[in-house]
Amino acid sequence: MTEANESGAMDVAYVARLARLALTPEEAETFQRQLDHIVGYVRKIGELDVSGVEPTAHAAVLSNVFRPDEARHGIEHDVALGNAPRSADGQFLVPRIVE
Amino acid sequence: MNREAFQCLDLRSAAAGVVSGDFTSRELVEAMLAGIIERDPAIRAFVHVDADDALRQADAADARRGPGGGRLNGVPVAVKDVLNVAGQPCGCASRILEGYRAPYDATAVARLRREGAVVVGRTNMDEFAMGSTTENSVHGPTLNPWNHGRVPGGSSGGSAAAVASREALAALGSDTGGSVRQPASFCGCVGLKPSYGRISRYGLTAYASSLDQIGPLTTNVRDAALLLNIMSGRDPLDSTSVPDPAPCADDGWAAAGLKGMKLGLPREYFGAGLDPEVAWAVRAAADACAALGAELVEVALPHTEYAIAAYYIIATAEASANLARFDGVRYGRRADGASDPYDLYTRTRAEGFGAEVKRRIILGTYVLSSGYYEAYYRSAQKVRTLIRRDFERAFGQCDAMLAPVAPTAAYRLGETTDDPLKMYLGDILTVTANLAGICGLSVPCGLTDDGLPVGLQVLGPFLGEERVLRVGAAYETARGPFPEPHGGAA
Repeated sequence: MTEANESGAMDVAYVARLARLALTPEEAETFQRQLDHIVGYVRKIGELDVSGVEPTAHAAVLSNVFRPDEARHGIEHDVALGNAPRSADGQFLVPRIVE
Repeated sequence: MNREAFQCLDLRSAAAGVVSGDFTSRELVEAMLAGIIERDPAIRAFVHVDADDALRQADAADARRGPGGGRLNGVPVAVKDVLNVAGQPCGCASRILEGYRAPYDATAVARLRREGAVVVGRTNMDEFAMGSTTENSVHGPTLNPWNHGRVPGGSSGGSAAAVASREALAALGSDTGGSVRQPASFCGCVGLKPSYGRISRYGLTAYASSLDQIGPLTTNVRDAALLLNIMSGRDPLDSTSVPDPAPCADDGWAAAGLKGMKLGLPREYFGAGLDPEVAWAVRAAADACAALGAELVEVALPHTEYAIAAYYIIATAEASANLARFDGVRYGRRADGASDPYDLYTRTRAEGFGAEVKRRIILGTYVLSSGYYEAYYRSAQKVRTLIRRDFERAFGQCDAMLAPVAPTAAYRLGETTDDPLKMYLGDILTVTANLAGICGLSVPCGLTDDGLPVGLQVLGPFLGEERVLRVGAAYETARGPFPEPHGGAA
């Protein structure tokens, strides 16, 4: 077991900020309780000695799949913008980023 | 032909009827739409049906009627709300995709259309395919056609309920941890999770990309084989898609029996926690396979007890990354009045995602975060290797395996909503196939005393669909017709 594994409960409010999720106080409380329970359970993988075991990232058998480097038609500009909540002048509109 | 006769057709008879002129695609699609209007208010399997569009597709199919029209020309299929169909909404049962219209067809859908299929409607699901009950939907739950007080399973619960109630001849689902097989088991229909990479994932809204597979839900095994054959194969738009040809449904499968086949019974899948009625039904199905000539052998999958932990770490980690794209900028819903981008993201996601999706995003973010990555995510990937090796070893001793799909029959509505871990633990017999990348089939094999369906799971090695389908077809023929759902209150 690593230090991180033993260091106790998840700070739900902090992790939610990392995940760009605003939580109500009620949600934070419910999730804290439920996720403590879930994390307590998944910690059971720590029981296994996995030193020397190669990790599996993917069940895919293929690697280095290439296609010809040719220009192809993609989605049209206006179609790509068609689902935007707000757009103008052929671009997505977002709140001001730079003051 | 009367409406009931249309609704009971298998896919090949439906296609043959349109080709021969026994009936038109319009007549067939009208009959299915009438069934939806009549029965769907009670089970709510569909979230979107555009009758005019379906009839336009049917008329187009009738116009190209003939041997060249395609293997599914004029045949209606339903599609889970997670797959993109050009021009239709693709809401993933989420508020955050409100108003979204798909700009293109998923490859699986495009291949069905190329064979002339009519996309008749979109089916309900757990939001972003996260859940095992179809209760986590912005549209509200779908009800089990066998008992309206029970869930249809999930996350492809709408597809399973639509097929079981004969509102659809067949439907597409997606299976990341059992989301095709488990609802098929709960609703008494056939569900196939192909091997990883069999069917292109292009146009499938991603939940956990290393585990996701599209799969068919049908009334019989041969229809599942037909849909697999049509949808499978290399797609330049999904670099994980495999080129190997998938098997075609073979008329000889049922007749050939199972002589010479070794079928493994994984002992860990028949352990504590398995409902005795489910155990009994699955053992009876295994005996039926033995009577067809198969040799039954016990096999071991010793790391099974770690599968749920590994799965919920890996799946949520991938989900937390995949769902980062829903930020209110490019598509879907956006929170009003945000003052800066951070505010826009956090409020859009707070308003747009349901509780189960938020829980999984938080868990996935946690297991990937600095200080926890090694202990959780990295360890889970190593456990995944051990589970994969378990299967490799076991498939050295048998051709396919027989097991239950889920430890119990369908849950009561609301039974797991306050206890997500309880719902997760019910996925123990299905997540392993996704972690290992192998294929699995659910075939109805009995009813509990309460009249709820039980599924037999046939597991095969990577790209071993032909074996799995052969076992399923032989068993299904020996079993005979499965009862129809009677609906009814809780």
